[in-house]
Amino acid sequence: MGRPISVKALKGSRTFTANTLLALILGLPILAGVAGVVLPAFGYLPALGRSEFTFNHFAELFAQPHILRSSLTGLLAGLVTTGAAVAVVGTFLAGFAGTPAFSRIQHVVSPLLAVPHASAAFALAFLVAPSGFLVRLVSPELTGFGRPPQWLVPNDPLALSMLAGLITKEVPFLFLIALAALPQLPLRQSRQLTAALGYGRLIGFLVSLWPALYRQIRLAVFAVLVYSVSVVDVAIILGPQLPATLPVRIAQWTADHDLGARFLASAAALLQLGVVLAAVAIWLLIERLGRFVLRKLTYSGRRLRNDAVPRLVSAFAMAGCAALIFLGISILGVWSVAGLWPFPRALPAELTLQTWLRTLPPLWPVLRTTTALALLSAALALFCAILLLHRNGAAERRGNVPRYRLLYLPLLLPEISFVFGLQILIISAGLKPAFWSVLAVHFLFVLPYVLLSLSAPWREVDPRFERIAAGFGKSALRTLLTVRLPLLFRACLTAYAVGFSVSVSLYLPTLLIGGGRLTTIATEAVALSSGGDRRVIGVYALVQASLPFLAFLIASLGPQLLFRNRRAMRT
Amino acid sequence: MLEIPETRPLTLSDVTIRLAERTLLAVSATVMPGEVLTIMGPSGSGKSALLAFAGGFLDPAFDASGRLLIGKEDLTNVAANRRHAGILFQDPLLFPHLSVGGNILFAVPPSVRGRETRHALAERALAEVGLAGFFDRDPETLSGGQKARVALQRVLVSAPHFLLLDEPFSKLDTALRQQMRELVFSRARAAGLPAILVTHDSADAEAAGGAVIEIGGEAKP
Repeated sequence: MGRPISVKALKGSRTFTANTLLALILGLPILAGVAGVVLPAFGYLPALGRSEFTFNHFAELFAQPHILRSSLTGLLAGLVTTGAAVAVVGTFLAGFAGTPAFSRIQHVVSPLLAVPHASAAFALAFLVAPSGFLVRLVSPELTGFGRPPQWLVPNDPLALSMLAGLITKEVPFLFLIALAALPQLPLRQSRQLTAALGYGRLIGFLVSLWPALYRQIRLAVFAVLVYSVSVVDVAIILGPQLPATLPVRIAQWTADHDLGARFLASAAALLQLGVVLAAVAIWLLIERLGRFVLRKLTYSGRRLRNDAVPRLVSAFAMAGCAALIFLGISILGVWSVAGLWPFPRALPAELTLQTWLRTLPPLWPVLRTTTALALLSAALALFCAILLLHRNGAAERRGNVPRYRLLYLPLLLPEISFVFGLQILIISAGLKPAFWSVLAVHFLFVLPYVLLSLSAPWREVDPRFERIAAGFGKSALRTLLTVRLPLLFRACLTAYAVGFSVSVSLYLPTLLIGGGRLTTIATEAVALSSGGDRRVIGVYALVQASLPFLAFLIASLGPQLLFRNRRAMRT
Repeated sequence: MLEIPETRPLTLSDVTIRLAERTLLAVSATVMPGEVLTIMGPSGSGKSALLAFAGGFLDPAFDASGRLLIGKEDLTNVAANRRHAGILFQDPLLFPHLSVGGNILFAVPPSVRGRETRHALAERALAEVGLAGFFDRDPETLSGGQKARVALQRVLVSAPHFLLLDEPFSKLDTALRQQMRELVFSRARAAGLPAILVTHDSADAEAAGGAVIEIGGEAKP
């Protein structure tokens, strides 16, 4: 029985190498990045001529005004966002999965994923501001306002507008992750079984399917938690100021001209890591509580048939996210061509292309950098993803599906903590901010999404196609190039568009590694938020939001054009 | 059609396939050129695993011992893409991104040189099964019977050394099934290819006309 054993060993080692490769690509920079903040936090940064171990920087950090409040705001915002997103998505799936309404809302919500966080945040800000569209719509008739009210919105101290911005973006993300996991659940049978036992739709789903579904989306839930605890761009646009959340303050310190502020920023980045860990610990407790409640509910045998209200609320919340963002983006468009637009008027008094003509010349170089970064990082990531999936193919064929848990690594650590560390390392190495270093850090964040997007379609290809090709004597590489990749053409384009969108929306990594010399539409748009020229912001946010849409449009047209005469390739 | 390269018998020598310590089947047989060995058994009996063993793509969850020979050449440890196994599955599995002719060209061995020659060979292969003029068609627009015929010709132009037939008729309707049986077996015979057919339909076995090995149930460790 020597042969089968040796085959097993060989295939085992193949997966090992592929996963090791992934670990190296993703793990090394992250470890290096974390080391890059830990050492300076304790005073060790030879590049700035300091090498003695000290706690002074933490003392300095805790002496900063309102530091506790800054930390807690982010922590709570992250927990509330995650809780709300899980609740909305869970309730909606439980109430509607498998119904026609479900697929309708699915089509409305899916494109939201492509909207960059910053554009979505601006869209929301333009709606809810005191002089924003919603107030204008009801003024002065209902409110009596002849001039904008003195509300602190957005940037309210309770972080409610920031919460709204985060939730509208995280709901579609979690929803699409859950959608990918849904086909693996026995949805119809469970529905019929629980309905026959007299259970309401919600409770029936919760009892029979939710635990399995949650297990599948759990890593994504933690990614949402970590992201929303540590978010910078949305927090700058919508979040509280004076004090701002901790990640925003860290970003300000890293940009300080006084290089000594980097020690303070490092200590704060380490504190942020602690805040994230605390959030994760609290979420683990919430999970336990949820399990306990669900078990109680299950064993009580309560049928809870009157669940229309929560079901409808979840459907409205889902549709509401889409409505808010799309309405907001339209308003961005209106502002970009608005001439005179005095307050209570719902629409501008005059339209003009003046803002576009004025903004486009300086926007061009930024747009060039942005697209070059996005095109290249997505291409590199797609190439890498294909390589990894191809290498892991052997393991998948034996039903031992690699879980790619490592993939989530860059998404499970606060960006500000390890990317700032990378920045310090790059500066310490005497390197100047350059295109290739920003490209490398973009690749780090783009790869997980590209791989996640491609891995499900990759597994769905009928393995018999490749066996037939092998029978014709084609090598593995030839089979990959002439059979598998053409079959996956559409999926590859979609994955590429996903990668492109992620790169276009990356704010913090671009800001930190680009060091202000390399600006993209994301860094420029967020930088404008303090200036407050709504017309210019409208142009930038609209351009940023349209880039991913263009990418997805091209991705969906590609197969139509290339496989004009191949019916099976177009659907 | 291609000149027949070599016709050698296919030998399964003490082939035993186990799954988790349970012996699924143990087969020893020699299939002469132009003959068909039929393996009959219910689903889950491991008959598809035998074909996978012969094709070189057995799932490593199975333990296999024994040897596979074509003539005197031992194929047991030869990679799938060097075995020259022609495989027909239940589905025609025409590559959806290629034209009908492209599917055939893909299978023509690289030793056939020159665009013209290859093209002509593919056209002839299509004409042989009544599909002249179908070269540029989208495979998706073909009927089930037409697809099955293209799949058969695609395998035959690849100049295989033996055929592996994995219930290739089970998804065709009754009338078409009889036609395809005759076509496949007569062409395999004409090409002098040894073939292994796995099926659970005894009518397939009768039409094949060769030796029949029934598996499932009686095979004990």
